[in-house]
Amino acid sequence: MSAIVNGAGKVVDFVDQRITASNWLKRNIRKVFPDHWSFLLGEIALFSFIMILLSGVFLTLWFKPSMAHIVYEGAYTPMRGVGMSEAYATTLELSFEVRGGLLMRQVHHWGALIFLAAMSAHMLRVFFTGAFRKPREINWLIGVILLLLGVAAGFTGYSLPDDLLSGTGLRIIEGGMLAIPIIGTYASSFLFGGEYPGDDIIARLYPMHILLIPGLILALVTAHLMILWYQKHTHWGGPGKTNENVAGAPFYPIYVAKAGGFQFIVMGVLVLLAATIQINPVWLWGPYDPSVVSAGTQPDWYVGFLDGALRVMPAWEFYVFDRPITMSVLIPAIILPGLILTPLALYPWLEQLATGDKREHHLLDRPRNVPVRTGIGAAFITFYLLLMIAGGNDFFATVLEIPVNWITRFIQVGIIVLPPLVFVLTKRICLGLQRRDRDKVMHGRETGIVMVSPDGEFSELHAPLTPPEAYQITWHERQLPSDPGPATDANGIPNPKYRSKRVQARLSRFYFGDVVQKPTREELESAHHDGGHGHDAVEADHRDELPSGQQ
Amino acid sequence: MSTHNQNPNGDEHAVVPHGSDAVARQGDPITDPGLHHEEPRLTDVEPKAGRRAERQVAGMFALASILIVAFIVSFVVFGIHPDDPETGVNLGDVQVSNLTLGLTLGLALFLVGTGAVQWARSLMTSPEIVHERHPLRSDDETRAAALADFNTGTEETGFGRRKLIRNSLLGALALLPLPAVIMLRDLGPNTGLSPSERRAHTIWDEGVRVLTDVTFQPIRAADLEIGQLVNAMPATFEDLPDHGPERINERAKSPVMLVRMLPEDIHVAPGRENWNVDGILAYSKICTHVGCPISLYEQTTHHMLCPCHQSTFDLSDNGKVIFGPATRSLPQLPIAVDDEGYLIAQSDFTEPVGPSYWERTR
Repeated sequence: MSAIVNGAGKVVDFVDQRITASNWLKRNIRKVFPDHWSFLLGEIALFSFIMILLSGVFLTLWFKPSMAHIVYEGAYTPMRGVGMSEAYATTLELSFEVRGGLLMRQVHHWGALIFLAAMSAHMLRVFFTGAFRKPREINWLIGVILLLLGVAAGFTGYSLPDDLLSGTGLRIIEGGMLAIPIIGTYASSFLFGGEYPGDDIIARLYPMHILLIPGLILALVTAHLMILWYQKHTHWGGPGKTNENVAGAPFYPIYVAKAGGFQFIVMGVLVLLAATIQINPVWLWGPYDPSVVSAGTQPDWYVGFLDGALRVMPAWEFYVFDRPITMSVLIPAIILPGLILTPLALYPWLEQLATGDKREHHLLDRPRNVPVRTGIGAAFITFYLLLMIAGGNDFFATVLEIPVNWITRFIQVGIIVLPPLVFVLTKRICLGLQRRDRDKVMHGRETGIVMVSPDGEFSELHAPLTPPEAYQITWHERQLPSDPGPATDANGIPNPKYRSKRVQARLSRFYFGDVVQKPTREELESAHHDGGHGHDAVEADHRDELPSGQQ
Repeated sequence: MSTHNQNPNGDEHAVVPHGSDAVARQGDPITDPGLHHEEPRLTDVEPKAGRRAERQVAGMFALASILIVAFIVSFVVFGIHPDDPETGVNLGDVQVSNLTLGLTLGLALFLVGTGAVQWARSLMTSPEIVHERHPLRSDDETRAAALADFNTGTEETGFGRRKLIRNSLLGALALLPLPAVIMLRDLGPNTGLSPSERRAHTIWDEGVRVLTDVTFQPIRAADLEIGQLVNAMPATFEDLPDHGPERINERAKSPVMLVRMLPEDIHVAPGRENWNVDGILAYSKICTHVGCPISLYEQTTHHMLCPCHQSTFDLSDNGKVIFGPATRSLPQLPIAVDDEGYLIAQSDFTEPVGPSYWERTR
């Protein structure tokens, strides 16, 4: 104890005498953090969020969330004499009368786009590597909520400058609300304080944008990180890396230096983007006027899929007791987000249900080793991308020089046909990659040297893998479909749980039935005895091993 | 290590489809060769490389300092405020200011970051370390003790026995959210018409003149040429106060488009025979899909396209939807001419403008 006297030691001493900090520090300061490029995606999200907070605070010092009507007399001459809201006028002030104001506005907007992109990419990483599995389901759920809050933060912010684009966005939201049966007009009336657009909405969105939503994000991010810290990060398997350990660099100093440095890199890139690539020049759009819209306007990317859904949904409306149910708006604007978010949020439990696997997993899956999950993910990405393309159908029509109606029709069909197709295709690719891994383990890698035997038979020489190389592609678990067991026991008494077990076994066969298994030790040994001529044997093995029924 | 080979979560293990870990390990074709230690870095073995890396890191940090000074300099030097406030801001000045501030600050941040990462990667001597994971689940004893403590507490309150207390508490708690909800009532207007009734009417009325938008000039029927489209507003719009929401609310409901086409091109629906003036038709500008203002008119086909979601309406056929997600025709405003030859409305719209909503009967 007496050794700790100087510098940081003094601080630790002070804190320790009051809240026993050393105990915690001793256990945590050298905590192991595994390293992989894909683990940085979540960090990009966190660090851009911090940059958004900093630039956002700067913006609040000038921005007035007011829809009071004024006549502009500021520095931007083309708008002088134009009637507008104070919100729009102060956005112009920030851009043209505050040095660095335009930079911070652009940092804020770029930050939002990258925040959401990084969250989405992080989520895909977690999905495809199975990092959401037990014990990390809570963090997955927090992540889904964070994504939703991120979109809400983005959309409320997009609406604040009260320029033509942001107003058009709000108008579409209002149209969506009206489609809600029974309460639609009331919901709109309560949100806008009367008729659309009224003069309340900006003042109402403002506290949500700067206080409520970021506060919730901050709280959930904290919980997300505390759980991550407590559970220890997942890592990739490999020599010496198992489900029961975690290998990597110590938190202090390596992780502190790398992640701390990465924070500055992310901030730097955001500022450089803001310096060089203009984003949302609101002075060109003009103040919001509900009777004006400019053609070819696009929302920010993260609402593109919703706008796309609104564009491609066929005109479908029916009447119930003489009241309209406008499915052409209700489905894309109200039902679709729930339809996407619910299975997304529940996926860890759905997969648990299907595979019956309730164990702790700390080793990541290589996407190829869970072909069905990877296929589901790829199908979802296809669905999402098609909607995003639909959101820019006018843009693509201009670029491809084809009628916009063709693109709409293509997407209407594609959205139903393509995701299943991509699922099957992705699953096949994964199985192919698994088969290649298996061949490599059994017969070594191809050398490109062709041999002719005295009988005139041609064959390629294979070089065996080193044990670490071979282990690198065989550390994953063998994944076998579960067996429902007999319907009746030895005495012929029916098993009451048989029915549900059979359903579960079917689902598990859907997940694992087609998986190409890594060779067993015996198979490996017999393959090695065979020498380099074992190709036929491999194929035969496969046929033996693959369960016959697909589902 | 060996203790973790058994499954950490004993009792949640009713279903073990994959067999226990021990079985899986036996089936592994390749034995774990153990942690592979990385080769020493060049900076570990070569003092010269170490010194070079040190210079690189320090160089990046030093350059960041210089850039921060440069940021301050450019803040002062590249101003955006014009000498004479009357002349207004010069956009070029703003761009130069934005670029110099952003490049200096951005690069400074970036270099601080890359310096730190480079330092960690090439000079910090921390070895790769391995920690054991421990089962997250508490052991059975702790669980039982926690549950017992909880049950003791519950027992001490008598929560289960004293049903009167329990039920009255639950009742009060169930009611507590109500004030919070009720207080939100005044978010919406609390006098006058219901939301749907407000929505159903605009300031168009019998005899209200049709004025050109922006310039607010009355329009003579003869002034419109065939194929022409004019955006228009009701004359009563001009009387609305500049301040307050009324003006912008009407702006979201009342805009119309006047189009003139050859009378023989128009398919007039029964009952609308006298709604047009010599081939001049007036339609609401608010899309019936989700309310965007419609703006793209194709003269030859009389098709009107909404730029937001591409609903397309046939203005020669009573505003009927011919493509896209909109479900209802564009409302048509019946028009006529007054004594002086100017276009006027015959009445308000005969149906609500804009998107569908619940109270809108067929």
